[in-house]
Amino acid sequence: MSAAAQSPIAISVVGLRAPWNEVPMSREAPQRTDEELVEAVAQADEDALGQLYDRFGKVAYGLAYKILQDAALAEDAVQEAFLQIWRGAGSYRRERAKASTWLLTFVHRRAVDLVRREQARRTSPAVSEPQGSGPGADEAVVARSRREIVQDALRRLPAEQREPIELAYYAGLTQSELAERLDQPLGTIKSRMFTGLQRLRVLLAEAGYGSA
Amino acid sequence: MSSDPHDLLAAYALDALDDDERERFEGHLADCEECTEQLAVLREPVAALAYAAEGPVPRNELRNRIIEGARAEPRAAVIKLPRRNWALGAVAGVAAAAAALAIGLGLWANSLSSSLDRERSANASYRQAAELLTGKATARPLVGAKGSLLVAQNGRAALVVCGLSGAPSAKTYEAWVISGKPPEPAGLFRGGDGCSPVLLTRPVPGNATVAVTLERAGGRAAPTLPILFRAEAT
Repeated sequence: MSAAAQSPIAISVVGLRAPWNEVPMSREAPQRTDEELVEAVAQADEDALGQLYDRFGKVAYGLAYKILQDAALAEDAVQEAFLQIWRGAGSYRRERAKASTWLLTFVHRRAVDLVRREQARRTSPAVSEPQGSGPGADEAVVARSRREIVQDALRRLPAEQREPIELAYYAGLTQSELAERLDQPLGTIKSRMFTGLQRLRVLLAEAGYGSA
Repeated sequence: MSSDPHDLLAAYALDALDDDERERFEGHLADCEECTEQLAVLREPVAALAYAAEGPVPRNELRNRIIEGARAEPRAAVIKLPRRNWALGAVAGVAAAAAALAIGLGLWANSLSSSLDRERSANASYRQAAELLTGKATARPLVGAKGSLLVAQNGRAALVVCGLSGAPSAKTYEAWVISGKPPEPAGLFRGGDGCSPVLLTRPVPGNATVAVTLERAGGRAAPTLPILFRAEAT
């Protein structure tokens, strides 16, 4: 189910091995799925936490940076979110959510809480240029195609649905702030976000997102 | 000002509720299976939005910071519970799992946000708990929540829990003592602001684990999974 579990992004971390393993993990060892990794984290498996970071650290940091527009704050948000995951993995239930969804929920909430606390709200979703050492070629291709699918789906949403979703998710605005910013009644904002997310879900499914 | 909490699903999924709205919605969510299901559906496209963010790449140090941070946490491996001995089966477990996920998220968000207040409140609560126990007690860290399990030499014990969201209406937190037998109920409490001491209603042997679950008001004879947090007595 999980795109990340099967993507080349994950392959780079094979070969890390837990100190208690008597037999070195072979490079052909089957990949653990994202869900298996979270369940291992619940058993205090540090190696599994590292592997989750290797799979989701970049997207988590990219998201946190987009929301916070500050490298140090973004690092704090990601670190705190991963520690929440470390402590809270026991409450994860795979029948309820994909591990990637569960994990990114922590990251997003932490980043939004931080940006609200810093009172550094953006007036619009900021576009930031990638920097730092980039991913390897294969990773970049996978990451880009996933990104392009989501960006394309977002573009296909009617503006009246896309705007509140983007401002909420990437800029951390509350629904009341959205109503004020977009000059619409709160009820309208609520229903546009709901309809927009439903539609986004359909668009993503049509584009093959998550079934790679 | 619509008061139908179902209206808030999308805003909640997008983290577009303020703290009060979020807390109220999580209270509702714990009791609403339909909301829980709908939320799970909405969260998929929401999580996908993360991939469109196009941020820079993190520094390599961040990975080390995270692993070192995890290593520094007081953390024991999760105990395996004798699930088949429990009176309640998987049906209750699924509903409770959803509730606990919601509460877990809220709980952790809260627990990171007001550490100063909590520290002050914790000191007062530890003193109170120590008085309740009337004797020297050892403190063991909670795993899954902020706070401690205090165990006196005679086995009397208290939980000091900090930053725990108040239990939703018609629900209660219930403590359990687990030592090689089916879990035994050890007291109900509601959680809420700051830190509060909870005197356990049964003694805690040295080999025991104290665990806390969310239950219907009035409590149950056997716990509903999952465990929200716990501590080992030794």
